[in-house]
Amino acid sequence: MTHTTPAPRVRLDNGGRAPWHPLAREAFERALDDGWADPRRLHAEGRRAAALLDGAREAVAAALGARTEEIHFTTGHTASLHTAVAALASARSRVGRRVVVGAVERAAVLHAAEHGGLEREVVAVDAVGRVDGAAMSDAVARPGVALAALQLANGEVGTRQPVARVHDAARAAGVPLLVDAGASIGHDEVPDAWDVLAADPADWGGGPGAGILAIRSRVRRRSPFPEDADPLSPGGVLVPAAFAAAVGLQAVLADRAAQDARRRALVDRIRARVTALPDVEVVGDPVDRLPHVATFSFLYVDGEALLTDLDREGVAVGSGSACTSSSLEPSHVLAAMGVLTHGNVRVALDRSTSEADVDRFLDALPAAVARVRAALGVEGL
Amino acid sequence: MRATHGGSPPDDGGLPGRGPGPDGAAPGPDVVDARGLRCPLPVIRLAAAARDRAAGTRLTVWSTDPAARLDVPAWARMRGHGVVAAAPLTPAADGAGPGESAWAITVELGGA
Repeated sequence: MTHTTPAPRVRLDNGGRAPWHPLAREAFERALDDGWADPRRLHAEGRRAAALLDGAREAVAAALGARTEEIHFTTGHTASLHTAVAALASARSRVGRRVVVGAVERAAVLHAAEHGGLEREVVAVDAVGRVDGAAMSDAVARPGVALAALQLANGEVGTRQPVARVHDAARAAGVPLLVDAGASIGHDEVPDAWDVLAADPADWGGGPGAGILAIRSRVRRRSPFPEDADPLSPGGVLVPAAFAAAVGLQAVLADRAAQDARRRALVDRIRARVTALPDVEVVGDPVDRLPHVATFSFLYVDGEALLTDLDREGVAVGSGSACTSSSLEPSHVLAAMGVLTHGNVRVALDRSTSEADVDRFLDALPAAVARVRAALGVEGL
Repeated sequence: MRATHGGSPPDDGGLPGRGPGPDGAAPGPDVVDARGLRCPLPVIRLAAAARDRAAGTRLTVWSTDPAARLDVPAWARMRGHGVVAAAPLTPAADGAGPGESAWAITVELGGA
């Protein structure tokens, strides 16, 4: 009796949760031995854990162009964003309660900006999902602004944002700018125009369980939490997760340029092949974008049905469509851009994604779309 | 290929003529009642009603699906039609639950 080996899964839904980078995984496992103890304790075991945490902080600071004392570990990216908005707003409560945000910020930022008495002002985006830099610069300069938040690039559609310009305006107005670099760091160039920077280790293969929050020393913040030795992440963090995040960051920055070129070419191929399919909108900026993200929407297609069909074919993709059992509201990013929200497919290529993986996806996609459309009886529409 | 129809929609409830409208009147022939249907069905019902209709025809779709408010204009743009009106359908549509207020979007068919 012979067995045919099933084709390996093609995993293209890597935004925000990439598979372990091998070096990060090795670092995590090694740190379980040395970093399990509470780093606040004064005995040898505690000191070993503290040394790992300090080393991780130093490595991240060097990678991000920050000082060691400016780097804070949190329990994850969402916690970083919630904490940053609350801590900046709290420190500037006498200036005002208004938080200026881009329309396609991560939901964690949008929700935090209207939480606890804060007042959210949303700056619109154009059809490729880019925030109006002039409008946002004007908005941050008006009185009563506690903080502003603008992502480095959008993780759903890949479009880069005018962060340098908005940072100049914010700085001139004395308003701190939170930059969500959760979809960028590890893939795109490390930025320097920020007051507070949030980076997501899970997005670059550093593993889940830790977030990185960098706050320039000059920026005033007040912990939104009760008194704790770790004011921005009460109770501390998982030391092996922080250590793996740092080791993973060093690894992905070391070959970033090569990975940028390789993945940019693969995304160009995806965009070209998908554009040739019938009734599809490829969305996001075609050039000024993240190297590894591609998003498109198929007319007359149920996004959940398409995702399920591709999953059966061994291909995992994401979707911003509302036609899922969990949500009636479509992606706020696609909605703000005014593009088709149903039939949406989102891919983010990992460093481990091969050319053969992309080809398998592109070979499976047309038939999957045709099957879903046939089931809905839309031929000839 | 436009004349061949590969299969019937799951049901015909969204085609013009179903049920009373918000004021108790039956929807007219230029109204597609897609209330209660989820994406992408409202757009598909509207496209089915638009098939073989002359350029310049105005069609209105009623929908409770939040995605339809975004996707009907996107469909119109992709097909060369124009959106001429979009407004809440008041009073709240029959059978619509809390937070499920219906919208009416009117498109004018292009010449394609």
